[in-house]
Amino acid sequence: MNGTTGTFSRLRSAFASSPLAKTALVVLGGLYLAAVLAGWLAPYGMDDESRGHSWAPPSSWHWVDGRPSIHPVSYTFDENARRVYVEDSSRAVPVRLFVNGRLFGLDSLEAAATSEGGASARLYLLGADARGRDLLSRLLYGSRVSLSIGIVGVSISTLIALVVGGLAGFFGGWVDRLLMRLCEVFMLIPAFYLLMLLRATLPLDWDSRVVYLSIVLILSFIGWAGLARVIRGLVQSLRSADYIVAARALGVPPLVILRRHALPQTFGFLAIQATLSIPGYVVAESGLSLLGLGIQDPQTSWGNLLQEAMSIAEIRLHPWSLIPGLFLFAAVLSYNLAGDALRDALDPRSDR
Amino acid sequence: MTAPLLEVRDLSVSFGAVQVVDGLSYVIERGQSLGLVGESGCGKSVSSLALLGLLPPRGCRVEGSIRLEGRELVGLPAPQWMPIRGGRIAMVFQDPMTALNPLLTVERHLREVLAIHQGLEGELARKEATRWLDRVGIPDPAARLSTYPHELSGGMRQRVLIAMALAGKPDLLVADEPTTALDVTIQAQILDLLSDLRRELGMSMLFITHDLGVVERVADRVAVLYAGRKVEEGEVSEVLRAPLHPYTDGLVGSVPGFRPRSGRLRSIPGQVPSPAAWPGGCRFHPRCPHSQEDCTRIVPTESSGSRKVACHHALEAQR
Repeated sequence: MNGTTGTFSRLRSAFASSPLAKTALVVLGGLYLAAVLAGWLAPYGMDDESRGHSWAPPSSWHWVDGRPSIHPVSYTFDENARRVYVEDSSRAVPVRLFVNGRLFGLDSLEAAATSEGGASARLYLLGADARGRDLLSRLLYGSRVSLSIGIVGVSISTLIALVVGGLAGFFGGWVDRLLMRLCEVFMLIPAFYLLMLLRATLPLDWDSRVVYLSIVLILSFIGWAGLARVIRGLVQSLRSADYIVAARALGVPPLVILRRHALPQTFGFLAIQATLSIPGYVVAESGLSLLGLGIQDPQTSWGNLLQEAMSIAEIRLHPWSLIPGLFLFAAVLSYNLAGDALRDALDPRSDR
Repeated sequence: MTAPLLEVRDLSVSFGAVQVVDGLSYVIERGQSLGLVGESGCGKSVSSLALLGLLPPRGCRVEGSIRLEGRELVGLPAPQWMPIRGGRIAMVFQDPMTALNPLLTVERHLREVLAIHQGLEGELARKEATRWLDRVGIPDPAARLSTYPHELSGGMRQRVLIAMALAGKPDLLVADEPTTALDVTIQAQILDLLSDLRRELGMSMLFITHDLGVVERVADRVAVLYAGRKVEEGEVSEVLRAPLHPYTDGLVGSVPGFRPRSGRLRSIPGQVPSPAAWPGGCRFHPRCPHSQEDCTRIVPTESSGSRKVACHHALEAQR
């Protein structure tokens, strides 16, 4: 973390020399872009349901009149009372680009016409859920929550950790002892139980935005303690650095020294730490939502979508409900790979 | 009679049971430059940190009196130190490679001091920063403002540090071995710069060094420290020409150039004792060529007058 010599070029070479890290960066970039553009990329709205398409499987594509099209589907029940979808191949609805103000989808007029037998056309690239909502659309909207919660959560917990760890390390004495014991109390409680405890203290019927915020706050409440301890150690070792003593000798007030001279030295470490801890937040949010303590239907997040895939029976009947797990997996893996590359680039102690 | 700018009386600093500085006294008049000379571990840096109240409050005890224009500094509460540090007493540190924050530009460094002690902000501060860089002999000062410490050489960094110390317009500049970490050629430049600026600004200076040659160049008076105590004090020319204390004599004899016809350079046998195990009586007696029985028992008292020595068998008579 010494100096600014070529931090950028070191970053670039670290990512360039590792195809894995490069891929991870591309995957993350793609996921975030998709999250931002969800309203345009998703063929349907977040809560666009169609009762006639409960658990409809991914649509099969047909080439009709030189256009990719799908057939309307309707279901009957088989002898085991399971839904069986049949296509009405007499009609084809073309998949069009730039319809309904979205990137692609079915023209609403063309899709709305119902064939005899009650079959209507819906585009399900990844299948549908129990209420006939498009999984792809819900995934895209859900990625907004799942992908942002990590960044916001890490920012908040890093901020708390900077303040607590900085004060403890810089001033030492009773300030240090008090703050560090506080950290230890938080570290003492297993994270997931603390999560559930904190969530349990909040009402369940809040507005989804408030729920989102409260989850972020709860998550960052878990993460700060360990980070604060490391920052305290770093600041403590910086306290006797020559330029800190020099700043004191020039009459710079202690809090200014802490903010301007000591804490910025820890930023290299923080960048690595943040990248590596974001996946923890993503997974924790999914865990909460999976248990029904996080984002509530009709709002969506990856964890919330995975709720559908909780039992083997469900997975056997509609395996596509596992797809959100793949996205979660890809995001977490990419964050870890990118974080490793970042550490290689920024941390002089790690040898490559 | 007005109080001297700085008066240090019976200053003692101890870390736990270990006393590092023992009863140090000296006076610096306005515009005067005092050299504080001694080997490593004799307490010179610790005593200078005490001047700025920079010794850690825990585990370190400072006793005695440090008066700045008659105002007692020992035991001053932390907030009252702020305007003194950098504003009345400023310090230039030993190692310019580490005394600048690697993440801040030269301009940020200078403006920090200017904002605190001169209340300067914005364009005015920038102008003043440029002026100070020019003043300490940095070529193309306006362009240097935006450079980072790692882009500068050791000598340039030390000039920046000097500019920072002077920007608060202090009355006393404490220079703690400011040239030790520099090339010999650069050393001379920095010493001349400090002397010139001191004269121009009418500033006092406490110059800490282990190098007698440096003292001769920058100081009016010199105080020699050994094992936490002052052994000799006087005008630089007198002390270097005719040292009274055997330790000073040994120091002068070990430096080439002061005694042209003395032939071989001498060395002082043995090593500086550790502060935890200082010998009784005169602390120099185990290494002293003139030591006698009384030296091992009785702590020598300092002679009075402007030429001071603390020795039972001062060399004066033998000269």
